[in-house]
Amino acid sequence: MTVLRPHDCDAGTAQRQRGQREVFCGLTSIIWLHRKVQDAFFLVVGSRTCAHLLQSAAGVMVFSEPRFATAIMEERDLAGMADMNDELDAVVERLVTRRPDIRMLVLVGSCPSEVIKFDLARAAARLDRRLAPDCRVTSYSGSGIETTFTQGEDNFLASLVEQSAGHDGQQPARLVVAGCMADVVEDQFSRLFEQLGIEDFAFLPPRRSNAVPVIGPQTRFILAQPYLGATAAALQARGPRRIDSIFPLGEVGTTAWLSAVADAFGVSRARFEQVVAAPRQRAREAIAHYRPRLEGRRVFLFPDSQLEPSLARFLVTETGARIVEVGSPYLHRELVAGELAILPPGVPVSEVADVERQVDRCRASDPDLIVCGLGLANPFEAEGYATKWSIEFAFAPIHGYEQAGDLAELFARPLIRRAVLDDAPATREALS
Amino acid sequence: MKLAMWTYEGPPHVGAMRIAASMKDVHLVLHAPQGDTYADLLFTMIARDKARPPVTYTTFQARDLSGSTADIFRQACRDAIDRFRPGLLLVSASCTAELLQDDPGGLASALGGDVPIIPLELPSYQKKEFWGAAETFYRLVRACAGGQQRPEDVPANSCNILGPTALGFRNRDDVTEIAGLLEANGIAVRCVAPLGATPADLAALPQAAFNVVLYPEIAESAARWLQKTFAMPYTTTIPIGAKATHAFLAEVRALAGLPRLEPASLPGAQADRSAWYARSVDSNYLTNKRVFVFGDAAHAIASARVAANEFGFRICGLGGYNREFARELRAAAAEFGVEPLVTDDHLEVEDAITASQPELVLGTQMERHIAKRLRIPCAVISAPAHVQDFPARYSPQMGFEGANVLFDSWVHPLMMGLEEHLLAMFRDDFEFHDNAAASHLAAHSPAPAAPQAAAAGTTTATASAGAWTPDAEKELCKIPFFVRGKARRNTERFAAERGIHPITVDTMYDAKAHFSR
Repeated sequence: MTVLRPHDCDAGTAQRQRGQREVFCGLTSIIWLHRKVQDAFFLVVGSRTCAHLLQSAAGVMVFSEPRFATAIMEERDLAGMADMNDELDAVVERLVTRRPDIRMLVLVGSCPSEVIKFDLARAAARLDRRLAPDCRVTSYSGSGIETTFTQGEDNFLASLVEQSAGHDGQQPARLVVAGCMADVVEDQFSRLFEQLGIEDFAFLPPRRSNAVPVIGPQTRFILAQPYLGATAAALQARGPRRIDSIFPLGEVGTTAWLSAVADAFGVSRARFEQVVAAPRQRAREAIAHYRPRLEGRRVFLFPDSQLEPSLARFLVTETGARIVEVGSPYLHRELVAGELAILPPGVPVSEVADVERQVDRCRASDPDLIVCGLGLANPFEAEGYATKWSIEFAFAPIHGYEQAGDLAELFARPLIRRAVLDDAPATREALS
Repeated sequence: MKLAMWTYEGPPHVGAMRIAASMKDVHLVLHAPQGDTYADLLFTMIARDKARPPVTYTTFQARDLSGSTADIFRQACRDAIDRFRPGLLLVSASCTAELLQDDPGGLASALGGDVPIIPLELPSYQKKEFWGAAETFYRLVRACAGGQQRPEDVPANSCNILGPTALGFRNRDDVTEIAGLLEANGIAVRCVAPLGATPADLAALPQAAFNVVLYPEIAESAARWLQKTFAMPYTTTIPIGAKATHAFLAEVRALAGLPRLEPASLPGAQADRSAWYARSVDSNYLTNKRVFVFGDAAHAIASARVAANEFGFRICGLGGYNREFARELRAAAAEFGVEPLVTDDHLEVEDAITASQPELVLGTQMERHIAKRLRIPCAVISAPAHVQDFPARYSPQMGFEGANVLFDSWVHPLMMGLEEHLLAMFRDDFEFHDNAAASHLAAHSPAPAAPQAAAAGTTTATASAGAWTPDAEKELCKIPFFVRGKARRNTERFAAERGIHPITVDTMYDAKAHFSR
């Protein structure tokens, strides 16, 4: 594993040994992407395992017919008995007949499709020629051999940026905010941008597939999520400059993020302070409510979404929690440099961890709260540790001022719950 | 290539994981790319297991493909042995690693050391989860019991229970129930496998007189091998429902050399309430209700028999998703005079349910969602398992207590008998409007069901058949929504056969008289 600050770490964490990584693959981000872009359909070209993963990870969402599916490769495809492209065309035909409302079909590469070097980009181009303009077809890779969890979104957004090249006639957006956030959060940021006097801003991904922002050399962009390295590179390749900031989590993060935007667009300090004063105050009050639960608590973060450095920074600066270790499946060093700089000296940051050794370290450090994936959470709970499912940070609205309290609450809830369950008999006595 | 929105079965290596996770002292090393570790959460979240499954994944990445993924696999095996010290190591590959052709079995055997290693060939692009589980269990039983001698003096009243696994549908409680019934009948249960068994327990399997196969999709291949090798007979009756449990106990008593008893005097039969509940007057309204049954073949067949022969429903559709048991399913469908549906395509199942217009669906979680969209009551009878299929309470499907559970869980989603009448009689009552669920179900289904599903059914029906007079349409709306589709279909068929156009109120009642059951 890589330790960014080896001088801060003890001998145990500094070991560089390969081992099992307990992370989702990039296909998993389809679970929120298909809800976000409401006329897009995500078709994974993969195996039964891919279909099973999506089903297991999205198990709670099966109430409506999902806008994702898997084209499962079978023996005859691999043995060359069937032409993969013909087979894929037939699957797509069935799909668009069933779902004529689909305006964008996204072919998603998987581990097996990558290993056999099935050229999805070419397949997408071919299908696009056939189905355009009713339905556009694009592709990206969400394979586990190349991506973890949120990197699937990164590759999808990068493909959207590359595909948006055709809109030369239109006026480019002045500001592009990249990264999936809840609609309600986008609406809040939209209001703040307008109050700051910034117009012509756009969000990536858009809610409708035909609304991909037009990007020009004068466009400025800012990332709302730290895992968007490929997206940032794709945007920069088109000319726009990135507005650097820490990420809009918590009151401090949101203020820094908005302030970076305001500076880039020449908004006066006075106006900025005036616009953010009220929501900032609300965010502080909301967080303060949970601070007594989190202050001084020792938190261990396992790698999951790449949000971990930002979450750790939020915990430290705004709730007074202490960080035992910050794991991240991957670190875009340039993008999270600001977050890491704020963390107190001595906090080990790990990338690429052997999960078994990390579990050992975690137990040895005896933390008050463990932030980890679904595979690890119940076993830790059974050992007596309080855990927070990290997947919730990818699904729940946590960005911006109005969600800062909710973010604190997500960390506090497992601790509050333990207190409720543990103190229950005493409460009853007090009532009687 | 096959389009799948949802799948009934995972890949075969998940079947292997289920066997490894069922047993003690067994560890599985899986050659698999990063991301395949998602399968851990099936066990820790769905079944709320308190430990991760005993599986080590190599989690290779793209950059490893240019180097030696075989080295990574070897290292993962060594690390797993050092860390977990298993009594037995299973090795296999998931779908992506299968394409690399690293030969995990060969690599692991060359490692040396004293931990026995069983390589598993799990063809991911041909086979599925049940097959993978059955193959793994069969390989384990062969490897552990292979060289064993069957004792000369095996007591006739001793047996093993084969088939229950981690993530199995209510397997935990079925084992408790069936083991209890066997003990009550004077039959000793030597070993339950794979759930809770060690490799040493598997080696001792031939020391029992016969095998009880509760889940043939998992254990039949192993049981057949034990029969061939040690002349151990195995049971074929699945004890789901009171009648099947009687038959099951008759079968095991015969195998154990115990005297034949009348059903009512079988030890344990006194716990059955389902037979009396099905005869009580309140159950009259269950008579000939149309039931669509879909699931793994064993559960689907057994459930259809209970529905038809014990509760008095009428089977209007029967299907299963595991093709390995297609023959049995077809035979059972013939019993009920319905077309068998053997498919793992849930869209086909949805079409079949829509077409057969059942009043109750017995299915998997997928059919639960289909039924919800179509506003048809539903109970879950089969895997794939969901977090709700691991209830905190004791809730077997098998044995006499299982029969009681079936009665409750299949009948409760239905409208109660008297309520059904009231709904028909007082159409304008504000509490009995179309969107009101059964009053006792308010807590379970507070939201009005999706209107587009009901509307879709109506429009397609209208489009396909003759026009209705406004009066007839209005009269049709006085029929409760859960039978309205059937009334419309029957009336339109009646009118079409007789060339009646348009459909009037009289046509509707003529049709009602014609089709009345």
